[in-house]
Amino acid sequence: MKRIILTGVAFSAVLSFLSAQTKKPGANPAMARGKKVYEQYCLTCHQVDGSGVPHLNPPLIKTTFVLGDKPTLVQVILKGMQSSVPIDDEYYSNNMPPHNFLKDQEIADVLTYVRNNFGNKASAVTAAEVKAIRAKN
Amino acid sequence: MKTRVVLLGYLSMMTLLSVQCLANNGDSSAVRRTVADPGNAGLKLPAGFKAQAIAENLGAARHIAVTPLGDVYVKIQTSKPGKAIAVIHGNDVKTFGTYRGTGMVIKGKYLYTSSDEDVYRYALNDKFEVINPEQPEKIVTGLINRHQHEAKALTLDNDGNIYVNIGAYSNSCQVQDRAKGSKGMEGCPIRDSAAGIWQFRADKQNQTYGDGSRYATGLRNVVGLDWNTTDNQLFVMQHGRDGLFDMFPEYYNLQQGNELPAECMYALKKGDDAGWPYIYYDGQQQKKILSPEYGGDGKKTGGENAIDPVVAFPAHMAPNGLLFYTGSQFPAKYKNGAFVAFHGSWNRQKGQKGYFVAFVPFKDGKPSGKWEVFADDFAGVPDIQSPGQAKHRPCGLAQGPDGSLYVTDDVKGTVYKITYSGK
Repeated sequence: MKRIILTGVAFSAVLSFLSAQTKKPGANPAMARGKKVYEQYCLTCHQVDGSGVPHLNPPLIKTTFVLGDKPTLVQVILKGMQSSVPIDDEYYSNNMPPHNFLKDQEIADVLTYVRNNFGNKASAVTAAEVKAIRAKN
Repeated sequence: MKTRVVLLGYLSMMTLLSVQCLANNGDSSAVRRTVADPGNAGLKLPAGFKAQAIAENLGAARHIAVTPLGDVYVKIQTSKPGKAIAVIHGNDVKTFGTYRGTGMVIKGKYLYTSSDEDVYRYALNDKFEVINPEQPEKIVTGLINRHQHEAKALTLDNDGNIYVNIGAYSNSCQVQDRAKGSKGMEGCPIRDSAAGIWQFRADKQNQTYGDGSRYATGLRNVVGLDWNTTDNQLFVMQHGRDGLFDMFPEYYNLQQGNELPAECMYALKKGDDAGWPYIYYDGQQQKKILSPEYGGDGKKTGGENAIDPVVAFPAHMAPNGLLFYTGSQFPAKYKNGAFVAFHGSWNRQKGQKGYFVAFVPFKDGKPSGKWEVFADDFAGVPDIQSPGQAKHRPCGLAQGPDGSLYVTDDVKGTVYKITYSGK
């Protein structure tokens, strides 16, 4: 029995090592820049692991907003979001302020980072896309 | 060999997963343990104290009240029909009511509760059972709820008044809440209908703002509050402001953002102003500092007319419960002192703080010594980085008829009973 548990532990350790390797943000310059933006402007509320704060600040792990339509997500960064809007049927008490002071490239980088970190997998966001969405406001 | 390792690994992972599934199986009925728990339900306590989980999986258990016969009422933060209030009687748990909320107090022959907009009371019979669970009297109605700081925490005095927290729907009364560069509103209008404690009559129905009075203002959000019978005074714990480092990196470094402002205990008199949003209390400088949204820079003082706290705790720990201990079961030093349940921080970086119940000794209605951690390890993980990792977060406090201390957890809905035996 002891052996089974040990082997299981060893196996999970190998798994997490492998997943850590594939997720390493330094591998891609946009991811590395996005991580920096995340740490400066997003981390306090959404937390180091993207898990948010229960009932107060939404998680960024596989939510409809994070993985969904890029223009909607870019607008959340530009305009912020009111606590009266539910996210996957959950309400979060704190308002998100607008981050329209961030440059197109910074928004593209941080969204690319968030969409490909914390267990997420979604397409990258480009500065040109952010520019076009911002121009419509 | 390789296949075998993979297979064994797979099997052990499946076992782990199935255990996980069982543990998360919805709103399973609460489990009551009748035997002493040698592990103290995972809590770390001072010598001679024991803890036991008397209920689990109740849902988001907020404030709590215990009757003179030992039954326990717990306010559950849920909108599921019929699940708003849990009643623990012996080995049996029943629920009733349909409204989210936090407040839960027993005074005389009534149980007082709150949703996020209203205050209710339920008449109790001779056994302190709710006579009509479906038809409480609505005491107060129409209080502002804009999601942020929505809990209408309650306490009562001995003269027929009820005190209700109405939290500010804002961090620091900026024109645009939490937005970098947004100024504080002049003559902060939030203080007209929130950011304070309102006083109402405990026995009058359908009161709203015009029927009550703003007892104290300048309090950003209060979840833990209690009436101190030694000096007949209201005490509250304020949740201090967020974002000094995030919004003002020109005045505050990360470390200062983590450590400022203090989480404050205030002793209130009618008409008092604790200064929000214009100032915050800096526990390191021991001064009231002008908020940066109102022209402050981390050094300029302000709030000449604002009261000082009676205790300043470390920042961001989120005090959700306050109880003055009047029992005789615990050693003499605890008598008339204050227990404070710290829900645990999120507005820090590189390590969170709180997730414990603290104790402050009192003499003659004033703090008489330094605060200390009383019950610790609610989070159940070392070096907690984010509140989502916490297995339990302490929230409500109550005293039982035998002087035991009850603590709720609003992650899983555990109710802890802490007793003292000296052994």
